[in-house]
Amino acid sequence: MSPTPTELRGVAKAVRRDILTMLLEAGSGHPGGSLSATDIITALYWEVMDIRPDRPVWEERDRFVLSKAHAAPALYAALARRGYFDVAELLTFRKLKSKLQGFPDMHKTLGIDASVGSPGQGLSIANGLALAAKRDGKSFRVYCLIGDGETQEGQVWEAAMTSAHHGLDNVCAIIDRNHMMGDGDTEKIAALAPLGDKWRTFNWHVIETDGHDMEQLLAAFREAASVKGKPSLVLARTVKGKGVPFMENSPEWHDKKVTEDLYEEAMQALS
Amino acid sequence: MAEMGLADIHHTAVKLEATSRGYERGLIELAERGSDIIVMDADLAGSSGTGEFRKRFPDRFMDIGLCEQDMIGTAAGMALAGKCIFVTTHGMLAAGKAWDIIRSTICYGTLNVNICGADAGLSAGAAGGSRQSLEDVAVMRTLTGMTVVVPADSMEAKKATMAASRIPGPVYLRFASARVPIVTTDLTPFTMGQAEVYRQGDDVSVLACGVVVYEAMKAARKLEDEGISVRVINCHTVKPLDRAMVSRVAVETGAIVTVEEGASIGGLGGACAEALAQVGRPVPMKIVGIEDRFGESGEHEELLQHFGLTSRGIATAIREVLTMKKGGAAGAHEEEARSR
Repeated sequence: MSPTPTELRGVAKAVRRDILTMLLEAGSGHPGGSLSATDIITALYWEVMDIRPDRPVWEERDRFVLSKAHAAPALYAALARRGYFDVAELLTFRKLKSKLQGFPDMHKTLGIDASVGSPGQGLSIANGLALAAKRDGKSFRVYCLIGDGETQEGQVWEAAMTSAHHGLDNVCAIIDRNHMMGDGDTEKIAALAPLGDKWRTFNWHVIETDGHDMEQLLAAFREAASVKGKPSLVLARTVKGKGVPFMENSPEWHDKKVTEDLYEEAMQALS
Repeated sequence: MAEMGLADIHHTAVKLEATSRGYERGLIELAERGSDIIVMDADLAGSSGTGEFRKRFPDRFMDIGLCEQDMIGTAAGMALAGKCIFVTTHGMLAAGKAWDIIRSTICYGTLNVNICGADAGLSAGAAGGSRQSLEDVAVMRTLTGMTVVVPADSMEAKKATMAASRIPGPVYLRFASARVPIVTTDLTPFTMGQAEVYRQGDDVSVLACGVVVYEAMKAARKLEDEGISVRVINCHTVKPLDRAMVSRVAVETGAIVTVEEGASIGGLGGACAEALAQVGRPVPMKIVGIEDRFGESGEHEELLQHFGLTSRGIATAIREVLTMKKGGAAGAHEEEARSR
């Protein structure tokens, strides 16, 4: 039975609460970009992707590449809540000898499909997985979540050409378009707009959507899966720090430390 | 002095061939034997050694275009799906432009991607300093879990290519597009990670990798007439270095010279110095390479001469290290190099 959008919203809230707890315990990490990506990751892991948490390396599974690797807390919380490992493990995030490294490490964490860290590299990896799937006649799809600031990296556009040139309709990229990067507004630092048009001219099927509206997100992923002969991009309008009012749209919350006081305030907002 | 299993380079006209041809033959043989390999190139198939493979096995070949970073990342994705990949580009584009992707995606993920640096060393010749790849061995050697192999000739290049396909983690293979002497034969032993003594000698050991192994052999032959007994070791695998061999020959001959067609900082010479210092066996040593400078335009053979990477330059370094071994001062070789 598929979860209803209402149930998914409940899951996303639990994931957000986990993210804050992890960041409080760790004393470092990236709240803003983790919270903006939470609804997308929830939709993927609870509804969109064909995965079997009890068989993490099942060969036919859909793959997920977290190109915006600093959103690792959102992915770890989703994996734990989905049953890949114990939720209690989340408290070890960023600590010595933890399975949960600051950025995802496939050798340490069950459920991670690709190690990532350096920005701009995920889409190339997704393309490689998708090309191998086509060669082997496998039907799995590859999802790749990219930060909007990250698309300033040149390799993203090399990869965008490769996906389109090879007609990789088994690739679905998602851009977490929260308009904020570490140093501020993306449009003031190195403007990305019109971002959807850029990808369209690169021969991608672009679906613009509200990245926090579950119904819209699910519809966007359904549309992406139906497109043949070209890759799809879900351009998700999001809010950095979504769900915690004092973090929303505030660039300092890219990687600001969560203190006890602020943690309580944030958890109240997410209660 | 017997040179077992090697080509007779001293009496007959030496055969020349680009080591990238050996790479090409290795790839073709792997595919013919049914290995599930995929070969990628970034718009260099005409010269890198993948051209014939492309014709013979088009379904196993992918020219991704002029985007080395994306090529390495795409190779990583295919390796995650279980493929054995050979990616090919200029040595300096692989080791330079794509280094971060090799580090953060290939090495961090311990992925089965073989990175083949074509046109490396001074092979780019007339193209000049910006296109010559002198730093690749040094920077690839620092990567966690990376194997680094510099074949001496096209015969060895083929063996190294086939051996690389059997290593589950990343491998950097360095090839020359210049036509260089064939020193080895089908019978010459080759094991990844194992240096081979090509010529026995007692006074000094020369450890060389790549196309300058030939020059080291010539130098040893020349010095024999002067009564200097030179042991020559082909140290094709720079990482993991055959530390046992390096320390053994250092102890047995009491002096070593390393020779490489690349930067003298951080390459084979650096690796040997690190090894010897840490086993408490430092001996008088000379590192023959290109000393903190870029290359420049010229024919490959001219450039080897220009940078002292010929039998003459190696012989000078050998005499120099023997002076050090006898307690004399170092420096004459540098003075000669400066006056050139």
